[in-house]
Amino acid sequence: MNVTLFFLTAVGAVIAWWMAGQRLTSKPWLEASPAQTTIAGRKDPPAPAVKIGLYVFLGVVGALFSLSISAYFMRMESADWWGMPLPRLLWVNTALLASGSVALQWAKREVRHGRMEALRLALVAGFILGALFLAGQIEAWRQLSAAGYLLTDNPANSFFYMLTGLHGLHILGGLVVVGRTTVRAFAADAPSARLRLSAGLCTVYFHFMLAVWLILFALFAGWANDFVDLCRQLLS
Amino acid sequence: MVEIPAGSAGAVPSAEVEDVELYHPKSWWTKYVFSQDAKIIAVQYSVTAISIGLVALVLSWLMRLQLAFPGYFEFIDADSYYQFITMHGMIMVIYLLTALFLGGFGNYLIPLMVGARDMVFPYANMLSYWVYLIAVLILVGGFFAPGGPTGAGWTLYPPQAVLSGTPGGKDWGILLMLSSLIVFIIGFTMGGLNYVVTVLQGRTRGMTLMRMPLTVWGIFTATVMALLAFPALFVACVMMLFDRLLGTSFFMPAIVEMGEQLQHGGGSPILFQHLFWFFGHPEVYIVALPAFGIVSDLISTHARKNIFGYRMMVWAIVIIGALSFIVWAHHMYVSGMNPAFGFFFATTTLIIAIPTAIKVYNWVLTLWRGDIHLTLPMLFALAFIVTFVNGGLTGLFLGNVVVDVPLSDTMFVVAHFHMVMGVAPILVIFGAIYHWYPKVTGRMLNDALGHIHFWTTFLGTYAIFFPMHYLGLLGVPRRYYELGETAFVPPSAHTLNVFITVMALVVGAAQMIFLFNLIWSLFRGREAGGNPWRATTLEWQTPETPPAHGNWGKELPVVYRWAYDYSVPGAPEDFIPQTQPATGGTTREAIA
Repeated sequence: MNVTLFFLTAVGAVIAWWMAGQRLTSKPWLEASPAQTTIAGRKDPPAPAVKIGLYVFLGVVGALFSLSISAYFMRMESADWWGMPLPRLLWVNTALLASGSVALQWAKREVRHGRMEALRLALVAGFILGALFLAGQIEAWRQLSAAGYLLTDNPANSFFYMLTGLHGLHILGGLVVVGRTTVRAFAADAPSARLRLSAGLCTVYFHFMLAVWLILFALFAGWANDFVDLCRQLLS
Repeated sequence: MVEIPAGSAGAVPSAEVEDVELYHPKSWWTKYVFSQDAKIIAVQYSVTAISIGLVALVLSWLMRLQLAFPGYFEFIDADSYYQFITMHGMIMVIYLLTALFLGGFGNYLIPLMVGARDMVFPYANMLSYWVYLIAVLILVGGFFAPGGPTGAGWTLYPPQAVLSGTPGGKDWGILLMLSSLIVFIIGFTMGGLNYVVTVLQGRTRGMTLMRMPLTVWGIFTATVMALLAFPALFVACVMMLFDRLLGTSFFMPAIVEMGEQLQHGGGSPILFQHLFWFFGHPEVYIVALPAFGIVSDLISTHARKNIFGYRMMVWAIVIIGALSFIVWAHHMYVSGMNPAFGFFFATTTLIIAIPTAIKVYNWVLTLWRGDIHLTLPMLFALAFIVTFVNGGLTGLFLGNVVVDVPLSDTMFVVAHFHMVMGVAPILVIFGAIYHWYPKVTGRMLNDALGHIHFWTTFLGTYAIFFPMHYLGLLGVPRRYYELGETAFVPPSAHTLNVFITVMALVVGAAQMIFLFNLIWSLFRGREAGGNPWRATTLEWQTPETPPAHGNWGKELPVVYRWAYDYSVPGAPEDFIPQTQPATGGTTREAIA
């Protein structure tokens, strides 16, 4: 559970940092006046609720994956664990997802400058790259099972299929939102505040899912193991 | 930030109304059924949770009947007894308590108490309820599935949960249970995002965090915890579904079932326990923190006195929330994990008693020299304090490894757990319903029926669970569907079991009085008016009762003070609503 605790420490640090700006040491019973009513840290205009909502949701997704990764490490200690070779295709997929992230970043820039043509192109590119990543993941599954690495043979395989599946579902959900944003971008003539927000949030989400994927990839490739060994030695 | 000198209240411009964002129902269906109004959703959540809770109540009767009169009821065999236990536990903990506190009270109270028109994502909020309803239906489906519901115990430990020796293990039972939990978690996440973001972004002008009522603090912290803890259950359920359906070996060790070697091998049941309790322990506080918050408000309001140590109360809630994530393995002292962990987890468990004790002292000190009105909400709040202290003290016993190991499999644990997590939060729920029912319906609950309900429930639950501690110390094991003849359990234990069962039936029957009261008062109750308890918090200051859609009429309220200005010296009345601007003579500063 170290990974989870590490993640929770990070979340806790964010919460502590946020709370530090909320005047938790104030004495509300002495403040019966509107003087202190302006909420500290809340600037005009306040951050849109959807944005905060997304960050909270990313916290939940982060907890989900860090718990899975914790389980991965705990299960790994048993004797029946055999690492599996990773298909080369995963490198291509990683590149696809990374460029999808770049495309969305580009979209975020374009919408800020109000260039609709470029925005539409960037969103479509981001959507297609994301979809290609998913297709690539499914193809990787197919290659692996054709090569005889089945789900049930070994816990390493089981975790590979489960975690990639879980990650893929999150990408799928993200694609739905990117798709809706794209449709809206085609319908609008000028970037509305809402479109700007959506593009920005899609970008944040895809960056996050890219980071999750990179961690998972490192995990499957076994690079994370050395790091974990190092941590274990430091702890003990 | 504009600094306005104290006293010049008129300088605050009126809050602007942002009606564009508010959802407007178009037909009867979207107004009352597929409603996006948090108040309607709250009622839907509550009714569903209470209904499924009644099922769990009946299941507990059946279990008690079996324990008191073993073999007398032919339809209760060992299998069905375990199914009753499992469903009773799971329903009560997750589908009743979690859903009612967060989905029910959270939805109703958060927007009203922080001065918002509605939740920030009304559509996701509506979806959250319907997904929850689907989860409940899948769960209930277990009763009608071939093989019946799962009998794995509410903790669903593998490998037994998915083996044929356990009821539902190789049938539909366990599948429906796991799917129902997964669906529940998805639904809860939608709702939970709403509660958190509404508290963060939906507060009205002047409602700083430190002016929020403790109810909101409790629900808010519990939701944050739930959002971080439920993924553990989600992962565990998904992995167990894989094990059961696809034959993987996440949790399943090599095992022989009915003389046949299964294809599983190498899996770790302890891994499941870690994941489960990583969710399971915070879950205790997910239920307890809203109860703490609500009870603080009930006590302050009905003792006409400001809450003692408001800041400490807030800090304690936050600290309990944080600590509860590092105590999970105290449920696993007997699981065969590394004993060195036991020391660590026993320490953290004992540390969590400190902020909890702070809260108890503060409640008591709030009562001290207060103008105590023994209304029904107050009676329930007092009963909660007593029950929570009792249950909490046995928790200190069980938190120590050496004490826990011999007691872990006895009725002592059942008694402890029901006192602290069963009875205590339920008492708060009752108190809260008596307190807020007038706001929800515009009518008071009947007082006489309420008193019968209170005294039967309060004394009755003690009659049920106090003797269980004694049974546990005698060594009466839990989980056994029939005690049989043993050398160490005296015959008097059987008599005690009969007594407990009779009391359980009585307490259950008392809940029917409560239900009757809920329905009867809806039509015949005394008209309540807008603020029957003369309370300060925002939900009592709405222009209409019950609050109309959008809560606040034309203008959002502006908050000028904290939530606990009761019996302020020099004030004309013994409460000052949060919306009342400061004038000379009413603030403590002005007096001092």
